[in-house]
Amino acid sequence: MATAAETARKAERDDVRSRWLLLTPALVIITLAAVGPLFIMLVYSFLDKADYGGVRWAFSTEGWFSVFFERDIFDDTLSLADAHITILWRSVKLSLMTTLLTFLLGFPTAYFIATRPERSRDVWLFLITIPFWTNLLIRTFAMQEVIRNEGVINMSLLWLGVIERPIQIMYTDTAILFGMLYVYLPLMVLPLYASLEKLDFRLIEAAYDLYATRFQVLRKIILPLVKPGIIAGSILVFIPSLGAYVTPRVLGGGKNLMVGNLIELQFGQGRNWPLGAALSMTLLAIVMVALLIYARQSQSRGLRHG
Amino acid sequence: MPEKPVRTAIEVRGVSRIFGAGESRVAALDDVSVSIRENEFFTLLGPSGCGKTTLLRLIAGFDFPTSGEIMLYGEDIAPLPPFKRPVNTVFQSYALFPHMTVAQNISFGLEMLGKPKAEIETRVAQMLKLVQMEKLASRRTSQISGGQQQRVALARALAPQPKVLLLDEPLSALDYKLRKEMQIELKRLQHETGITFVFVTHDQEEALTMSDRIAVMSAGKILQVGGPHDIYDHPAERFVANFIGETNFLPAKIISTANGSARVKLSSGIEIGAPLPANFSPKEEVTIVVRPEHARLVKDSSSVNGILENIVYFGTDTHFHVRLDDGSEFIVRQQNTRSGSNSFNKGDRVGVFIGDDSAQVLKD
Repeated sequence: MATAAETARKAERDDVRSRWLLLTPALVIITLAAVGPLFIMLVYSFLDKADYGGVRWAFSTEGWFSVFFERDIFDDTLSLADAHITILWRSVKLSLMTTLLTFLLGFPTAYFIATRPERSRDVWLFLITIPFWTNLLIRTFAMQEVIRNEGVINMSLLWLGVIERPIQIMYTDTAILFGMLYVYLPLMVLPLYASLEKLDFRLIEAAYDLYATRFQVLRKIILPLVKPGIIAGSILVFIPSLGAYVTPRVLGGGKNLMVGNLIELQFGQGRNWPLGAALSMTLLAIVMVALLIYARQSQSRGLRHG
Repeated sequence: MPEKPVRTAIEVRGVSRIFGAGESRVAALDDVSVSIRENEFFTLLGPSGCGKTTLLRLIAGFDFPTSGEIMLYGEDIAPLPPFKRPVNTVFQSYALFPHMTVAQNISFGLEMLGKPKAEIETRVAQMLKLVQMEKLASRRTSQISGGQQQRVALARALAPQPKVLLLDEPLSALDYKLRKEMQIELKRLQHETGITFVFVTHDQEEALTMSDRIAVMSAGKILQVGGPHDIYDHPAERFVANFIGETNFLPAKIISTANGSARVKLSSGIEIGAPLPANFSPKEEVTIVVRPEHARLVKDSSSVNGILENIVYFGTDTHFHVRLDDGSEFIVRQQNTRSGSNSFNKGDRVGVFIGDDSAQVLKD
């Protein structure tokens, strides 16, 4: 006869075993598809470049070095790699702006949906997710159709007589911003909605009752309470924006590269795999910093409530 | 005895609040008028859906009347948003801000009013003392018990020194013992602050024990306004009599009326005196109401007669269920004494004695 304690221990062992069994498929996929390739990239970033692409198996920090610096071809003097830093900075700047703009546009949208009667909310959410049904590339080309010189915006403005010649939007940072705003807006709206939906609207009444104006209610009550949604939405928008590839490629033309395009260039025409790998790792590092800030934020929130 | 308040704090004039239109049109409030005096504990009492919370929300400014005026010390506040009314609310759910401490919750209203920092600090300290929460000032509102949350909600609403404090069933979430404590606490706070309280409840006992005056509401109308005594002893309508306390209804015929009182003849042929309600429209057939404790059970034939059907012992008192000769049920409540076991038995033929002025004539 097994005692109750033995039975309990056995149940616990079984529980642990079945947990690992359940986790295994996901762990295998993550190892093969994420950890493995990342490790290869890390190794490549410390190798020497081969002449026609690929790597030569010799240790070198040249890849990392040329992320930030460049050597003059003639006298070997060092200078900052302006082009790379410009592109990195543009990526960060455009991603931050995208995050901010999606928040400014997404918040009222999410608030609107969260304040609808329960039944119609599903319809509104459904409408928000419709863009996901179409391929990103196709949506980006559709965006091109809207903003190009002979596109909807310019033709309408010309027809209305507001402008005399088309405004150049295509192949500028503005075009990239437009595109990313459109693509990533739902990723901001959905977590914001999830937070707002849980918001107790009686708190808003209580704040009005205690002499808070509309703006004060927003600033002192609503925003602090939906902060988790704001942070989650910002992360969801900022990280993919930073690595955006299709949007800057199609809407930014060849000139306005973002870091994703720069990396692709190194593996393609640039034939500098170590640099590409080092750039990828740099991008990863920036994302890690963003996530660290997120973790710190949610941790301090946890402490305050705990 | 508190001195008689004279000034009117809130005057509700012909207020209606209509929801929907056409067939789904619902009048949550139907031409309601009432005046609430300064410094009084005024209770809106009624079953759920009677419009009491709607009226409170109109006074607070969370909703606006379809028609009518709401005067606060002579100024029509009906069109003002809530943050422009010197009126604060204690919510049924408390609605404390979860991202703030107890002290921050209490100071919120004062900060929004732009009071100087020093004044806010003294006032918050005062409020914490008033509701005995000094030790928990820096706690999060999620870290305190329901009764404590209740106190914080009160302190938060009282801190800006509103002209009127509105309380929307604030005790309904508390357990019985805590509720009893808070009833006394609320009375004390009202007394100490001298602020007019408008209290909404569906609990008749709560209304009777706490209020200076009660307005009994039903289906969007105020049926009767009066002190607890008035409402209990002199209900004007069947609904009021029924909603508050246990009641016996008897048919009666009016013989004569004089000075707001009537001589009425009961089914047994016996005549008793009973006061008339205000605005009584003269008619012959009326209903009178007799509270169970105002009648007395006797052995011989009396005001009304019947068979003793049931005896229910309650410890402090005993309920006698009498089936009257006309088939209706009448309940008599008699206080128990330690020595005296009652001398009545189930199935006895008994009389119910109703003295002069033990009954009240109803309007309807």
